[in-house]
Amino acid sequence: MNKIVKVKSKSHGREKITGFQVINTTIMLFLIFVTVYPLYHVLVASFSDPILLMSHTGPLTKILGKATLAGYIKTLSNKSLLTGFRNTLFYIVVGTSLQMALTSFAAYTVSRKNFMLRNAIMKFMIFTMFFNGGLIPLFFAIRNTGIYNTIWVSSIPYAVSVYNVIIMKTFFESIPESLEEAAIIDGANDFKVFYKIILPLSKPVIAVMILYYGVGQWNSWFPAAMFTRDRVLYPLQLILREILIENSSQSADNLLEAIQDTYAKELVKYCTIVVSTVPILVVYPFLQKYFEKGVMIGAVKG
Amino acid sequence: MKKAPGTALSRAKNDSYRKRLFKNIKSHPLLYVMILPVIAYFVVYHYYPMYGLVISLFNYVPTKGIWKSDFVGLKNFSDFLSDPYFFRTMRNTIVINLQMLLFGFPFPIIFAILLNELAAIRLRRFTQTVTYMPHFISSVVICGLMLNFSGTNGVITSIICNITGQEASNLFSHSDYFQPLYVLMCIWQEFGWDSIIYFAALSGLDPALYEAADIDGANRWKKIIHITIPGISPTIIILLILRIGNMMTLGWDKIILLYNPMIYEKADVISTYVYRIGLLNFQYSFATAVGFFNSVINFTLLMVANTISRKVNDTSLW
Repeated sequence: MNKIVKVKSKSHGREKITGFQVINTTIMLFLIFVTVYPLYHVLVASFSDPILLMSHTGPLTKILGKATLAGYIKTLSNKSLLTGFRNTLFYIVVGTSLQMALTSFAAYTVSRKNFMLRNAIMKFMIFTMFFNGGLIPLFFAIRNTGIYNTIWVSSIPYAVSVYNVIIMKTFFESIPESLEEAAIIDGANDFKVFYKIILPLSKPVIAVMILYYGVGQWNSWFPAAMFTRDRVLYPLQLILREILIENSSQSADNLLEAIQDTYAKELVKYCTIVVSTVPILVVYPFLQKYFEKGVMIGAVKG
Repeated sequence: MKKAPGTALSRAKNDSYRKRLFKNIKSHPLLYVMILPVIAYFVVYHYYPMYGLVISLFNYVPTKGIWKSDFVGLKNFSDFLSDPYFFRTMRNTIVINLQMLLFGFPFPIIFAILLNELAAIRLRRFTQTVTYMPHFISSVVICGLMLNFSGTNGVITSIICNITGQEASNLFSHSDYFQPLYVLMCIWQEFGWDSIIYFAALSGLDPALYEAADIDGANRWKKIIHITIPGISPTIIILLILRIGNMMTLGWDKIILLYNPMIYEKADVISTYVYRIGLLNFQYSFATAVGFFNSVINFTLLMVANTISRKVNDTSLW
């Protein structure tokens, strides 16, 4: 924290330090602390001694007792967690591909001026943003289309986000028409214009969309919880829910192991959070600018 | 969408519309091929469920199908109005959403304005990076953390007990703590992310306005009140309308993760009630009626907000 304050006063330079700047900086440092502390707490706890951790109350400042990897070993040997990881990876690949295909088709067609139904289709899609049938009718739609309790529940019923269509359409419309005209004169059809001209020019927005949908799939637990029954289909988040929220007990073979499990439970929770959150937090700073770009493109339309 | 063809004129118009459509399909067949799966998707997973709302008028038995089930009219709706949980779920839905609106909505705006005033550019960047982060943590993990921190030995519990001098106990076993904790958690997770759009709006403001104000001798607060806030108010209004339009549906998956029967009194909202009676107790028709109630209130709120905003300051969604 000290370092940051120094950086501040350095870049501050010419302008004199006013009371307002001091208060404002303090508020920001406080917000940073409040945001970071819970994550720090989890990280420190995940290396702590399980028995000391059980009896500890309140905030943590450092690792309790001797640093141990016991929690991680136990966490990573949990078979259902690994299955969840695998399922989630599969859902990300398959789900995001499907979502990208349909979203870009929708955005492309409604961005074409010579597509007569574009306004009607736009209205048709936007209406669903504000009114829906609710949970139970959706449940029956999913059952009647035969995807209940399959790997498809978290992708097919959520294939197109209208909000993302609007972002993509806005981007496509900003591409100069003159670029397509040459191709059309050369006899390219609408689909060729789409994948030879529009898509290559839209890499930034495509990156944003893949990230939005990918992160959505990574975090998704709700469709799987509502519309699947078989545990082998569960994505990572549902397994996490069992471990973190429903407190499901690990299978222990004997009393001694059961007691150890009780002690380790807290520790395993922390380790599970780290294992399941680190992948996304590690890549996030590199992707931040794309996410921001997405919000900006959306805001233009806003 | 088209008006029913009544007169000869409109029939002629309709004919020419159909002709133009045919011509359009003929000259751009691939556009229609591409949009077809999209239309199919929306029909099957959005409009078909809307049609599915009719089961709220029946005593729906899945094995019989909709039209062979007993027609009961508005009975399911009147049942909900006299349901012992009607008042509780309505009150919680409204109160939780109002709190989110009152505290959760202005927070990112204030944050964006304050951060924008910060002189240190690098601290500004750093604060942004850090505060966006929780948005990417999954709701399951956030709620798991929340439950952990509010447990008997938790961080939040110990802070609260230090202040009030109470004996430590699981905060999620007292219904009174649920709403403030829920609102705080949601703000914690989203305020940074929600502020991005305001940063975009702030960076679009004309610096000349500030220079002119400087020459006129305006101080910081004057500039914020007379330039910054009016400058980003279109963005604020659009987001406010959208927020109101989503009010009744927002975030209830997190409530499912957090709540337990001990605190239903303050935590149970319409959507969670629909989930329990519909998918856990199989009262499909009644649950659909309750959910429909929710959708209609939601849609009405959106229309009202949009109309007011269009009348008052010409900003609206459509």
